[in-house]
Amino acid sequence: MKKGEEKKFTTVSIPTPLFQKIQDRIKGTGFTSVSSYVAYVLREVITEEPDEEQPFSKEDEERIKDRLRALGYLD
Amino acid sequence: MLSENERKRIFSGETEFHQLVRKEETLIDAANIAAGIFSPLEGFLRQDELASILNERRLPDDTPWTIPVLLDISENESANIMEGDECLVTDPQNNITALLRIEEKYRFNKKEIAEKVFGTNDPQHPGVARTLNLEDVFLGGDIDLVKEEESTYDRFKLSPAETRILFREKGWRTIVGFQTRNPPHLGHEWIQRTALTFADGVFINPLIGKKKKGDFKDELILESYDRLIKDFFLRERAVLSILRTDMKYAGPREAIHHAIMRKNFGCTHFIIGRDHAGVGSFYDPYAAQDMFDEFPDLGIVPMFFSSFFHCNKCGGIANEKTCPHGEEHHIKFSGTAIRESIEKGDCPQKELMREEIAEILLADKNPFVE
Repeated sequence: MKKGEEKKFTTVSIPTPLFQKIQDRIKGTGFTSVSSYVAYVLREVITEEPDEEQPFSKEDEERIKDRLRALGYLD
Repeated sequence: MLSENERKRIFSGETEFHQLVRKEETLIDAANIAAGIFSPLEGFLRQDELASILNERRLPDDTPWTIPVLLDISENESANIMEGDECLVTDPQNNITALLRIEEKYRFNKKEIAEKVFGTNDPQHPGVARTLNLEDVFLGGDIDLVKEEESTYDRFKLSPAETRILFREKGWRTIVGFQTRNPPHLGHEWIQRTALTFADGVFINPLIGKKKKGDFKDELILESYDRLIKDFFLRERAVLSILRTDMKYAGPREAIHHAIMRKNFGCTHFIIGRDHAGVGSFYDPYAAQDMFDEFPDLGIVPMFFSSFFHCNKCGGIANEKTCPHGEEHHIKFSGTAIRESIEKGDCPQKELMREEIAEILLADKNPFVE
């Protein structure tokens, strides 16, 4: 296995009845394992909100607005 | 961006740097990294990042990322370059684009890269051919932009910092990104207008860069969109700005990459049509749309459009879900048919393209890339 190809997985415990419910739910779907389903759901849940506005200094912001005006993007 | 001290160090001549003369695509990649268009990348890929992208379609920290951004050099060039060195990346005229801090020098199986990115090793695929033609050694490490190469189209070029401020100033909270590499036909316009009924603004973002022979020339794509927006859109609802990058023709993986770039520009939604970033018949027409199912954490919402057509009976643009009439009443938005009309010096059918757009294309003696 080349450098960087090793999979980085770890184990998380979930209640057995929940595991069984997920096993039933993923039947006939594209999910091949409970793990892939759980990873999908967790990724969905922890998706960050869209990035907060970058903290621009007043000077930077004015410089950008000036360029936008000069190019006709802003009045 | 480079600090003032670093800039002095580069231009004082007191420090010796290796120089890497690179082709335009690599210089543009460097500029895109520096501008935040490829965020969160801060440099050219290291080996573990490349392997993770190929195998997981994600960076090692689990962030979605599907297309490798590589700096390749020949064995000869690599002989004098060591990990830890700093290199100036320049164009053939010795104009410095970026400072690269080399963290890794490595080799990687190019066939594996091609097969995983493009889903094929067929050398007829332009992306596969290009990948197999890469040099044999790759350099990974962060970059700082020294000076971005100027281009003819800088008047239409905005950085993510600029678009984010622009969208905020316009009061847009929902922004739909529209990727294109063609002049607008009425089908494109219909998609943009449909998306605008749901969103505050549309960000029309033509891809400017190396294209295939027979593609429309960049200046015509820009001129025609400029005309469309000025004359047929509400000015406060549409923004035109270019994206300088090459088409990779990687189909599904590239669709994800296109969405990530538009997210970085501040878009909340991104339009994915039929056979997005495809070439020939290498990809299922809806494979790109399907791949979004694997990325619930992309941070931008895809808007899927199926194929559509002009229906003479409906009297407008329709799709299979909205039109009850038979195919004999349909006129398809065929890029090939539009190209053929233009090649012959004819205006495409009025159901396909506005006369005002066709006039721009017809005014150019050779509107296609040779």
